Amino acid sequence: MSDAPEESITRRIFVRTGIAAAGACYAAAMGYPVFQYLAAAAQKAEAESAVKEVILNDVEKLPAPSALMFKFGGHPALLIHHADKSWTALSAVCTHLGCTVEYDPHQERIACACHGGVYNPHTGGNVSGPPPKPLTLFHVVVADGKAVVSRV
Amino acid sequence: MERRWSPVFNPSNLLKAIWQWVDARLDLSPIVKHASEKQVPEHRHSSWYYWGGICLFLFVVQVLTGVLLMVYYRSGPDAYDSVREITYQIRFGWLIRSVHAWSANLMIFAVFVHMFSVFFMKAYRQPREFGWWSGLGLLGLCMVFGFSGYLLPMDELAFFATRVGLAIPETLPGMSGIISAVLRGGPEVASATLQRFFALHVVVLPALFAPLLGIHLWLVQKHGNALPPSEEAKPEAERKSVPFFPNFAMRDMAVWLIVLNVIAVLAALFPWQLDAAADPLKPAPPGIHPEWYFMSQFEALKLLGRVIPGTLGEFAGVGLFTLALLMWAAVPLFDTRTAPGQRGRNTTLFGLLVLIAVIALTVIGYIEVL
Ligand code: HEM
Ligand code: FES
Repeated sequence: MSDAPEESITRRIFVRTGIAAAGACYAAAMGYPVFQYLAAAAQKAEAESAVKEVILNDVEKLPAPSALMFKFGGHPALLIHHADKSWTALSAVCTHLGCTVEYDPHQERIACACHGGVYNPHTGGNVSGPPPKPLTLFHVVVADGKAVVSRV
Repeated sequence: MERRWSPVFNPSNLLKAIWQWVDARLDLSPIVKHASEKQVPEHRHSSWYYWGGICLFLFVVQVLTGVLLMVYYRSGPDAYDSVREITYQIRFGWLIRSVHAWSANLMIFAVFVHMFSVFFMKAYRQPREFGWWSGLGLLGLCMVFGFSGYLLPMDELAFFATRVGLAIPETLPGMSGIISAVLRGGPEVASATLQRFFALHVVVLPALFAPLLGIHLWLVQKHGNALPPSEEAKPEAERKSVPFFPNFAMRDMAVWLIVLNVIAVLAALFPWQLDAAADPLKPAPPGIHPEWYFMSQFEALKLLGRVIPGTLGEFAGVGLFTLALLMWAAVPLFDTRTAPGQRGRNTTLFGLLVLIAVIALTVIGYIEVL
């Protein structure tokens, strides 16, 4: 249609734009539910991790020095009973690349096996290795055999 | 309005260069040439040519929604709970599940329509015999897809329908041990059955279906659309056709769009239901019946059982059934082409008889259970 008048060119552009717009509507009408469907699992996990406080029972049975692993908002956390009978609760997710750290009572430190990160077991502060930030420290109150751990 | 691109960055030159690079290595131009020359006959019965494409579209819908269901479905003791979560908790889960279930039923319906239209157009005649047989294989696989998928939610309806469905072949002499050992995985429909059906539904059947579909589609490309005898009788000059690209392909897509809208409306207005969880200790609720595409076979067996009671009736029923199926498969062998346009009226009558019998038995079956 090389000799088509200008009018029909605008018409063709109009029709093409219309088809493209309708196609985009269909793609959105299918894409949106599929995205929401797939995202539901992550959203559910996020809702779970919104917890503010975790109560741990029977902590008096925890010898000193030693530590207990528990879940805080979907992530692993550490409750440490120090040799001086004091308590510390902190996130057990290494700030380097996310491995789970371990409390080492003999050397009085928290260590990450993945790349050798070392943290202070009282403050979560960095001692050595690649981790760029300290571990997140939680607030902990122990009374009547119960530990109440909450975000600072 | 003329766009000016520098000779280096002209996108159409770039596309051409990429195409030439790929074509030089994979030698694709004969395929493109074949596709661009492909013609689709146009006549009074042309609209039946859409049904194969409808089946294909619905299969793609099944694969996509099936994979999405796999994201949250858990087989095993958790199966019912996982389907309940999909249906009531996960956002749009009800929609994905409804689309999968509705489209499954539409797919089997479309395959039946496709088969009968091919039959009455006599498209199974030489050289298209393998198209007929591969199509029958695809229909068989679709029905096993449906039967196995039906159990996966493990609700009451699924549980009893599967129990009955497996009990029917079991009454045949010698079959009982085989069904139990191979299909049911025990004397009762239970977790072991579910795990097998799940493996069948998501691994074995897709693995068989995909290559068979590939062969079927390849044969269709190779042979082109068959002409019904009424068209073949016309002199060549009077026959009309349209190019496949773009004319027929555009129409195919328009039909797919309609089918997509039909599925969307059905799924949104009649979301697929979930019964109470299957409980082997509870008596069967009234109205347990097979899926509609098994109804005619079920009813035929029931009616025969009334005429010839006992195992003999079952035997006669299954025997008759096998015979009918073999005859159906052998149609291309006895209704051969002798002269162009020859109609083969006896075969057409046979087909009409089968079609009427299937519809009548299905209707009677529903009248009896409802
Ligand atoms: C690769 C392809 C497929 C996959 C991965 C797949 C996967 C699944 C899954 C995970 C379920 C359980 C969830 C549920 O029950 O809602 C299911 C159910 C089902 N499937 Fe499929 N499927 C596929 C193809 C098909 C095909 C081709 C058909 C039939 C022609 C079919 C028919 C059914 C039926 C009738 C159900 C039960 C629906 C219900 O009650 O929810 N599926 N499928
Ligand atoms: S992840 Fe812990 S040191 Fe790398």
